Amino acid sequence: MSFKWAKPYEPKNPFMRWMDERLPLPRLAYGAIGGGYPVPRNLNYFWNFGVLAGIFLTIQIVSGIVLAMHYYATTGGAFQSVNQLIMRDVNAGWLLRYAHMNGASFFFIVTYIHIFRGLYYGSYKAPRELVWMLGLVIYLLMMATAFMGYVLPWGQMSYWGAQVITGFFSAFPLVGEPLRVWLLGGYAPDQAALTRFFSLHYLLPFVIAAVVILHIWALHIPGSGNPTGVDVKDERDTLPFHPFYTAKDGWFAAAFLLLYALVTYFAPNYLGHPDNYIEANPLATPAHIVPEWYFWPFYAILRSFTVDFILPAKLWGVLAMFGSILLLFFLPWIDRSPVRSGSYRPVFKRFFWLLVADVLILGYIGGAEINAWRVAVGQIAAAYYFLHFLVILPLVSSFETPLPLPSSISESVLHGEAEEAAPMGQKKSRRGATATAA
Amino acid sequence: MATKAQSAEVPATADSGGDGVRRRDFLNVAAVSFAGVGGVAALAPLLVQMAPSADVLALATTEVDISKIQPGQGIKTTWRKQPVFIRNLTPKEIQEANAVSLSDLRDPQTLADRTKPGKANWLITLGVCTHLGCVPLGIGEGENRGPYGGYFCPCHGSMYDTAARIRQGPAPKNLEVPEYKFTSPTTVQIG
Repeated sequence: MSFKWAKPYEPKNPFMRWMDERLPLPRLAYGAIGGGYPVPRNLNYFWNFGVLAGIFLTIQIVSGIVLAMHYYATTGGAFQSVNQLIMRDVNAGWLLRYAHMNGASFFFIVTYIHIFRGLYYGSYKAPRELVWMLGLVIYLLMMATAFMGYVLPWGQMSYWGAQVITGFFSAFPLVGEPLRVWLLGGYAPDQAALTRFFSLHYLLPFVIAAVVILHIWALHIPGSGNPTGVDVKDERDTLPFHPFYTAKDGWFAAAFLLLYALVTYFAPNYLGHPDNYIEANPLATPAHIVPEWYFWPFYAILRSFTVDFILPAKLWGVLAMFGSILLLFFLPWIDRSPVRSGSYRPVFKRFFWLLVADVLILGYIGGAEINAWRVAVGQIAAAYYFLHFLVILPLVSSFETPLPLPSSISESVLHGEAEEAAPMGQKKSRRGATATAA
Repeated sequence: MATKAQSAEVPATADSGGDGVRRRDFLNVAAVSFAGVGGVAALAPLLVQMAPSADVLALATTEVDISKIQPGQGIKTTWRKQPVFIRNLTPKEIQEANAVSLSDLRDPQTLADRTKPGKANWLITLGVCTHLGCVPLGIGEGENRGPYGGYFCPCHGSMYDTAARIRQGPAPKNLEVPEYKFTSPTTVQIG
């Protein structure tokens, strides 16, 4: 499970020795997140977001369990319990609720950075295909959890979000409508739907935690990737996770949590929608109905299908939306280039940034009010999203000439004594140049 | 392990019925099948509990007094917790609906198909957009009825005509006409 130079676990005192012989949990932790896990020494800050995602999952579980102690899962009481009881009456309830609300947004922010890190540095490539796929499973579970959580306050956006999202299922021929009614336990979102969403919203985070363990387990078999994409060769390429990366993760988490605190305390509703402070009304849809920001790109893809073509437009929209994520499960086999890191792939790199821009455009379109030109822009952006993965990536990986790779991680970091000691501002050799020289 | 070792020691002919099937194999298959069927049967209550319960189904009919609805007006009521639009069409709206040729429609139906004989002015539909289930605008006075004079869904821009048929936008079907009957000239029972 690790490199052969990984430091073995040595119990420090008789109690730990006694423990190790009976339940070697400290040994497991030492090998997974302690000094016994060697990590490439050249990780940049994009590698901090996995740990951050774990921190936000913990924040969500802790704040969520406490909120559940004060929440009423009834159509008559849910809105009241959130907006009166929790926000005004419960001691520190407002803080817990805002922390949970914004915690969800920040969980998605760090997860998106984590995913795009993986896309740029080819983290999905062999031998880490399962790490990538388990990550996508976590992402899908997160989306389901976030959606059901958003329904719980039973505001206008909660209610109509539930109506629209369960409406996706009615797009499927024959089984669609019965399936929708079965999922809701009624013909429209009501008590039955609210209670089951609450139950599942409480369950799924623990399922996520379990898949996170699998994700980390699968990662620790080959070990962490790194910005060069070059495999670890010997001890000079790695550092023990503790104290090196625990320290780096620790300080970065503190810095990032500052940003989270800033939003939670000073702009707690910035990422939400004001209509969710109106109690659910099954007889009136809000004029501008949008999901939470982290679903906007997918919502834009959904709305891009306006004409029937063999299948009804509605079914196309739903299929494309689900397809846009399911597609990513095949990414390790779509991108055939043996070079992992985008830093050494000049053509891929350009298309990567185009994809980032494309997803941002989709996000803007998905969140904006619908009009003719926005639909057109959304259609082009949605088409480009699929073009990127289905056409551009396979072509690029077969035609591109990658830059020469460094022969090892340590060589890419250490440029030799003379250069390391050179004063600030003095010209250092570029990474590519070092690689060529080698 | 013990069973395996034991059965290996016993000569095959000893407990097989001469057709090569050992009694132990039969017992294994039977035991696992029994548990399997039981396990699947245990799923049934877990699945049916999700379906609409008796109290939800009990709301299956609604009676509505329509005597106060003047031509050109409409009301919004509920049936099975879903909004229902009851609209008293004006002669002009009926004419507009009848003037459309069926080949221009995504979900071809005439106004007569969607109303009761002799009651062509009473258009009763669910107020649930067939795209993703929003409530279209247009039943209330002064609401946006869209370019076809029927209903306009604000969520994704589906537009319905005066017979509540889909004309433009992403919705695949006309607004659904629920089952209903006139129990008296001024009362409608939906469901």
